[in-house]
Amino acid sequence: MKPAPFEYFAPTTIDEALVHLAEYGYDAKVLAGGQSLIPMMNFRLAQPSVIVDINKINELSYIRANEDGGLRIGAMARHNQVEHSSLIADRAALIFEAMPHIATVQVRSRGTFGGSIAHADPSAELAAVSVALEGSFLLRNQRGERWVPANEFFVGLFTSVLEPDELLIEAKFPPLPERTGCALVEVARRSHDFALVGVAAVVTLDKDNLCQRVRLILLSVGDGPVEAHQAAEMLKGKELTAESIRAAAETAAKKDIDPGSDIHASAEYRRHLAGVLSRRALVKAYDRARGDG
Amino acid sequence: MSKPVDIALTVNNNHYIRSVEPRLLLSDFLRHELGLTGTHIGCEHGVCGACSILFDGQPIRSCLMFAVQADGHEILTIEGLGTKDNLHPLQESFKEAHGVQCGFCTPGFILTLIPFLEKNPNPDEWEIRKAISGNICRCTGYQHIVDAVKLAAEKMAANRKE
Repeated sequence: MKPAPFEYFAPTTIDEALVHLAEYGYDAKVLAGGQSLIPMMNFRLAQPSVIVDINKINELSYIRANEDGGLRIGAMARHNQVEHSSLIADRAALIFEAMPHIATVQVRSRGTFGGSIAHADPSAELAAVSVALEGSFLLRNQRGERWVPANEFFVGLFTSVLEPDELLIEAKFPPLPERTGCALVEVARRSHDFALVGVAAVVTLDKDNLCQRVRLILLSVGDGPVEAHQAAEMLKGKELTAESIRAAAETAAKKDIDPGSDIHASAEYRRHLAGVLSRRALVKAYDRARGDG
Repeated sequence: MSKPVDIALTVNNNHYIRSVEPRLLLSDFLRHELGLTGTHIGCEHGVCGACSILFDGQPIRSCLMFAVQADGHEILTIEGLGTKDNLHPLQESFKEAHGVQCGFCTPGFILTLIPFLEKNPNPDEWEIRKAISGNICRCTGYQHIVDAVKLAAEKMAANRKE
């Protein structure tokens, strides 16, 4: 099918884009990589009357080291740019690990970091990983800007706190504490498909090898990235053993999530996957935190 | 109808200036405006890979871009790759190793594989299968396509030595 007609703007600066968003607000859609928006427009599931194409705003395409040891990713950094960035590999191994899971090589040529975040798809790896890494997003409109922590950004199915007149400018990630290991594992029907379930784990150990902090984020099991709080609580201050990890993974699958059924997988199967993948992610992250991974 | 936008772009080393409606997909622009029907349209929502082309040297889905976004950019489609009498080694290899059956998916496969072979001149089977995982072929079962890519890599290595 073909998209419905729309009015088209291609601003070359952020300020210019914000003018269009302020004027058209609810009628406008921001076109970043377009790898989710354009299929929806082709199906006419989305029929925005105004498109604000931000592909000509070159100032949003960066990946930068932050002074604090973390990093900043411009909203228009494309997936293949992130995928091949040595800075990402060095400072955000979890993002690096997520990249090959994201769609196909052709989609990664166009799709953007900010686009994936703003789209707020519950199966998006970058959304889950951003929560796991305690990232935050800079949102700007004509009246000012605000930082929103990733775990407060996603508020529902394809829904975020991003207002219609706001533009996502960048994502910021703090440096990881010492003795921290990360892992992302997922199961998809084919190599580029949406994950049936995915799990991102970040484990920080103290000097006695006890679990100081753990974040376990699941994707494709709810309306957005789902944090397994109860499972994480079980591991805090404990030694991570096969037994404690298995018990936490079981809690994640049985208590922390409430997955739905669809044509791709039943809720029961998703719970099963959530348990298995949580265990694998925790083991991997733990091994990496100890320096064995 | 929204008002047409003027664009200037390069396709297969030819320069074009056209006026397009913003909602016109790049795939439709190539086929209907420029008559380059070698770019095939399968699913039109970014799943099948048949419409893959090179955009500034990178493989993209031409059904997931608007023609107006190609303003100032450079595109390569299957028509710009080789001629009937002088096929690109990948085209030659698809023919020789039976990587082509109905041919519908072939242009998308070949264009996706061009930058892949540039970066990975000597790929193993697993790397090839990953590289083509965004392209669907309903005829070959992929085995002959994998064979064709291996053959192409050999041919291109031999060409480099000459």
